[in-house]
Amino acid sequence: MSDITQDGPMLAADGTPLKKSLARALRRQKIRALMLIAPLLIFVLVTFIAPIADMLFRSVENQIVRDTLPRTVVALKDWNPDGEEIPGEAVFQALNLDFQIAAEEKNHTKLGSRLNYESPGISSVFRSTGRGADKIGKDAEKTFTGIDPRWKDPAIWAGIFASPEAETALPRSARAYEAFAKSVRAEGKKEVAKAKLWPVVFSALLDDLTLAQPDAAAVAALPAPGPELVNAALAAGLQPIDAKQAFLEINDGWSKLDLWQTISAYSPPYTAGYFLNAADFEQTSHGIEARPPSERIYLKLFWRTLWMSMTITACCILLGYPVAWLLANLRASTANVLMILVLLPFWTSLLVRTSAWKVLLQQQGVINDLLVWMGLVSDGNRLVMINNQFGTIIAMTHILLPFMILPLYSVMKTVPPSYVRAAKSLGATPWTAFWRVYFPQSIPGIGAGSILCFILAIGYYITPELVGGTEGVFISRYIAYHISTSLNWGLAAALGTILLAAVLLLYYVYDKIVGIDNVKLG
Amino acid sequence: MATLAPTLRKPSLTGFVLPLTALAGALLGYLVGNAKGNALLGIVGGAVFAGVLAFVLVSFVPQRRMGRLIGAVATGIAGALIAGVAGLVFGAILGLVLSWIAYWLASGDYRASVPVYATPREVLWANTFRFICGVIFFFLIAPILVVIPLSFNAENFFTFTPKMLALDPEGYSLKHYRDFFTNTDWTGAFYNSLRIAPVATLLSVSFGTLAAIGLSQSHVPFRRAIMAILISPMIVPLIISAAGMYFFYARMGLQGTYWGVVLAHAALGIPFVIITVTATLVGFDRSLTRAAANMGAGPVTTFFRVQMPLILPGVISGALFAFITSFDEVVVVLFVGSAQQKTLPWQMFIGLREQISPTILAVATVLVAFSVVLLVTLELLRRRSERLRGMSPS
Repeated sequence: MSDITQDGPMLAADGTPLKKSLARALRRQKIRALMLIAPLLIFVLVTFIAPIADMLFRSVENQIVRDTLPRTVVALKDWNPDGEEIPGEAVFQALNLDFQIAAEEKNHTKLGSRLNYESPGISSVFRSTGRGADKIGKDAEKTFTGIDPRWKDPAIWAGIFASPEAETALPRSARAYEAFAKSVRAEGKKEVAKAKLWPVVFSALLDDLTLAQPDAAAVAALPAPGPELVNAALAAGLQPIDAKQAFLEINDGWSKLDLWQTISAYSPPYTAGYFLNAADFEQTSHGIEARPPSERIYLKLFWRTLWMSMTITACCILLGYPVAWLLANLRASTANVLMILVLLPFWTSLLVRTSAWKVLLQQQGVINDLLVWMGLVSDGNRLVMINNQFGTIIAMTHILLPFMILPLYSVMKTVPPSYVRAAKSLGATPWTAFWRVYFPQSIPGIGAGSILCFILAIGYYITPELVGGTEGVFISRYIAYHISTSLNWGLAAALGTILLAAVLLLYYVYDKIVGIDNVKLG
Repeated sequence: MATLAPTLRKPSLTGFVLPLTALAGALLGYLVGNAKGNALLGIVGGAVFAGVLAFVLVSFVPQRRMGRLIGAVATGIAGALIAGVAGLVFGAILGLVLSWIAYWLASGDYRASVPVYATPREVLWANTFRFICGVIFFFLIAPILVVIPLSFNAENFFTFTPKMLALDPEGYSLKHYRDFFTNTDWTGAFYNSLRIAPVATLLSVSFGTLAAIGLSQSHVPFRRAIMAILISPMIVPLIISAAGMYFFYARMGLQGTYWGVVLAHAALGIPFVIITVTATLVGFDRSLTRAAANMGAGPVTTFFRVQMPLILPGVISGALFAFITSFDEVVVVLFVGSAQQKTLPWQMFIGLREQISPTILAVATVLVAFSVVLLVTLELLRRRSERLRGMSPS
């Protein structure tokens, strides 16, 4: 124990200054708390936050053009997309190698479908070129095997390109061969030295020998019989490939300026293109333009999602407020019994409630049958209540109503009844007492319930999908459609990101108004 | 109320009770008459019948229970004359309603919810308000209840058949239940749900409880940010979670696997565990753990012997929330799962979209029964928790 009369800082039992000792204890406490939280935090970060981040990344990511056509993208930098002419021979030479490799790796169709989202028609150009492009390589192969049949032997290629000199002597061939070797190894069925060569390596070799004079010293340094074969081929007087001519023959589509503008516009690794699409804009060579009115769908859908969610929220307030008031002002025992009527739907499976509404609202369903039986509606004029906006609104209101009633109820429970009595005793009419005294105190509950309902409503997928038909679907339907049917994942991610931004904004507001710690269940 | 009653004027029989009961009778009569093709006869007949019934009951039968029985029997017989067995049952129900209205009006019970000094307009408004609330409660509960009788339909229809309405036993059958328990599509889906949900629950409860204890300590750095991250799976729309998880799990090779679905569902259940367990921990007396430590118990012993039993109700209700989240989830499993992980909600979704069979209604009834059990369990847990924490259950 430190002596009280002693000068200097107060000391703890072990002799350290009390301040330091307390700070250490506090730090230890903080670390212990964090250690308890850490497993869950890591779990949520990996299983939930990382997927969301991945989605955000996908909405701008555009590596596919660069990965599939790397040389073409570089060659295209010198081309002026605003001009009137399609790119020249150099670009086509690069495209020749890129495309043949992509076709062997079966990547050309993926790129074709990707670019098809931006400019319809590209996919078919890519497909047909994929079938015909290896003819260019096969012609080159014939030329070389005509000069020396040993060129056909994969083992010779393996020998030559195993040496580091090959990269300097025959750069294009080296890269094409590397792609081939990698693919064979990945397949794992054959050894690289025995597998049948891709025709593209002959194309690349021909380019190497004709487009520029290969470095003689490097060629001489190649392992045997490399120098002999290369020099023999050089001596045979090779003709360069007319890549542009060849491609235009395979498919006329390559002569279209539009196709080249699209490839050029989407060659950077990141793009705002998906977001532009999601907002009904498109990226053209003249800059960003609105799509023609007939192709505008997403803005309309976002708008519909928004106003229908608002309508649903408004319906929930309208139906939830009286019920919450009644529950908050009844005797506890009666209120508990009535509360079951609110909690049972809350706990019942979403699909049960959706199927119930489907059963009720159908043209041959319970409500229509009842109306016909009572003679209010004739059998021929049964009401159409499902597969339209009405169906979505009524089913979603039913599903989200408990989410409005519960927060309203918990706020109304805290409003003292004496205020309204005081207002009345001071001469207020019942309406004034309610509107000027009670209602303002229940506004936090309305705010909390509305935000909760609205957040839940704008992201709903199942119910609108099942009872909404085509008129009552939300933007979520298109997110699902682009993931599973059209496979345009980037657009799905962009639509999702916009929706997420809206929800996070509301979440922030909710946190400010209610505080996320104060969320209560049941 | 009893002491004040004498000061109130008894409602007039002929000027108040009879006309109103007759009005109710006319309304019901109109519906029945319209269905039978003669609305006018229905109105008049209903009004006269209800008026006479109310007069007889109020004037000559003071015991309410007896009176209601008489009303039910009389209307039941009238119904049976019109529409046979079904008429008897529905007529008896209408009779109960009419006699209840008659006594409610005659005894002045309709003023019970308002102060004695309330004006007639206020009384009218109070009762209209209650009626509106009743309609809203009906809106909440009726869709769920309607599914139950329909699931016993003998035909493959999604609506009541004439035989069902006539209460003919031939109109009812258990065939949809038989289908649910024998069809491999449904049993397989049910089995998958039972295989996924408990494991996902176990994951979210074990991580969640630890983290909730950590979060309820007095000094937690970045508490708000951590809380926001942990709650986010509840706030982010399911379709977005599903999209993100689909992309990411496909990269990781988890897409279409059992563990992919389990991890996704565990993540979705976590916010519920966090919320319920932290709510329980708010009332937790920290001196108990200190006392345990003081007597030589290690942190692990303290946790399992002292803290855990006290917060157990909260943990269990969190677990129920997590379980139902996974058990009822369809959007994420649609994307993250493959056909081998087809769960019950997924199968229902397919059934609803393609309209294959009313077996869905049988499944729905089973699930409603399941949620009733769940609701009761939760209520009991809540009471137990409040008792343990020394609060009186409300």
